[in-house]
Amino acid sequence: MRCLATVLIRFDNVSKRYPGGKEALLRVSFEIGSGEMVFLTGHSGAGKSTLMKLIIVMERASQGQVFLQGINVNRIAEKHIPSIRRNIGIVFQNHQLLFDRTVFDNVALPLIIAGFQHREVGRRVRAALSKVGLTDKERVLPIALSGGEQQRVGIARAVVNRPQLLLADEPTGNLDPGLSAEIMKLFHQFNQVGVTVMIATHDLELVSRLKKRELQLHEGRLVNHE
Amino acid sequence: MNSGATAAVSGRRDQMLAWLANHRQVSSETLVTLLVNWVTSAMTWLVLGIALALPVFLYLVLINIVALSVDFDGNPRVSIYLQQDITASETEQVLRLINDHPDTHEVKFITPGEALADFQARSGFGDVLNSLERNPLPAVIELAPRNTEPYALRQRILEIEALPVVDLVVVDLVWIERLFAFIAFGERVAWALSLILSLGVLLVTGNTIRLAIENRRTEIEVVKLVGGTDNFVRRPFLYLGFWYGLGGAITAWVLVQTCLVFLASPVELIAQSYQDDYSLQGLSAMEGVALCLAGSTLGMLGATIAVSKHLHTFSVTMEADG
Repeated sequence: MRCLATVLIRFDNVSKRYPGGKEALLRVSFEIGSGEMVFLTGHSGAGKSTLMKLIIVMERASQGQVFLQGINVNRIAEKHIPSIRRNIGIVFQNHQLLFDRTVFDNVALPLIIAGFQHREVGRRVRAALSKVGLTDKERVLPIALSGGEQQRVGIARAVVNRPQLLLADEPTGNLDPGLSAEIMKLFHQFNQVGVTVMIATHDLELVSRLKKRELQLHEGRLVNHE
Repeated sequence: MNSGATAAVSGRRDQMLAWLANHRQVSSETLVTLLVNWVTSAMTWLVLGIALALPVFLYLVLINIVALSVDFDGNPRVSIYLQQDITASETEQVLRLINDHPDTHEVKFITPGEALADFQARSGFGDVLNSLERNPLPAVIELAPRNTEPYALRQRILEIEALPVVDLVVVDLVWIERLFAFIAFGERVAWALSLILSLGVLLVTGNTIRLAIENRRTEIEVVKLVGGTDNFVRRPFLYLGFWYGLGGAITAWVLVQTCLVFLASPVELIAQSYQDDYSLQGLSAMEGVALCLAGSTLGMLGATIAVSKHLHTFSVTMEADG
């Protein structure tokens, strides 16, 4: 049994029904402890993205409660959502980079939003870029980078604010196996320094290789809950 | 979850400084963007400028009419003809009475002799008048009242008419009433026009901002996802509206002043035909500043409306799996 104080995410009998009647999640319950690394697997349409959207309060559960460090985010006021998100790093399959800004400015965005001072922004952006191995690409526009490099910029942006939780939605979806392994290694490194990591993927080979906990969704239900 | 990230920002003062720095950066960035795409921006500025210039121009026409009427006529002058054959002390008494009245702005006393000399000079009947045995003209007090409103003026005239030595009081009230009615009408038209065209300014900026929001969809999505507040998302668009409005107001200012330069010489010709020296009044510096203030406020208001209408339609596209 995990001690309650170290629980970072708790889903308590959560269902999500979209307008139109489609059940995206059905009575899902689980806990993720602080510092864990968890894979979220299942076919596309199984509810992986919905589950993540509930954590960052892009959607709200139709039933049940979602807790983040003991805070019921399902009931949180709209104006408190930004401060919740500032402590979560998010990585997307399609990177969501801003192509009219340099790599530096892309990575700096969460810090600017959080109100960091100029010097601190520069220091942290360079640290994040060096972690993902892109120190020399600071002044480049994302369009000039390869797919793998763009994804690493996305990861640098996700970790630059030193979040406690890192969410990745199909982060290796568009990458070849070699690059995928490299990206996974990065996530693993962040996990080893204490960041809680949750990765949604359907790359089962990768999941089995890393031997981490797996939450498997099937048509909105949690089917294996270790 | 609020320990890690915010603790690193060392205090209120630092956050305030960062907030100010963000304002400075966003305002200059939006202005630079507008100037870089200057063709599109100039078109918007011109449309806004024309919309703002029309009521301003009408306003200027009105203040010039008022100024002209004052110049030609003084404040409407009341001519008070005194009875003939009154003593100097009676004249002095009535003069003092009128002079001391709180409503009196200016008084000019014309003796019968002065009146005759003036009439001789202007009419060309000099010789005929010289042949007269005695001066047929009475003494006249020309009064410029402080309050030129038709009703007050009528009351004042009634008061003066009741004075013992006054023979006749003449003032062209109908003319003044018409002028006032015309000016009041013009003011209404200017207000109505301002309201309608302000609505136009709101719609134009609103629509322009809506397009800008569409163009920056990804940016807004990303900003919201990494914890940007609604204010942070709104800020660049409000500044955009501000610059559009301010640019429109400055354009309107330039348009109006150009029109005035264009109109100045014909107006001076007309003025000269009335033996008067008149130059057109343009916008004063204060009025220009007020125009800029109104323009930028309207721009920001239009942007606020557009942003609040369109910002909430955003949801972020993660992998769609229902």
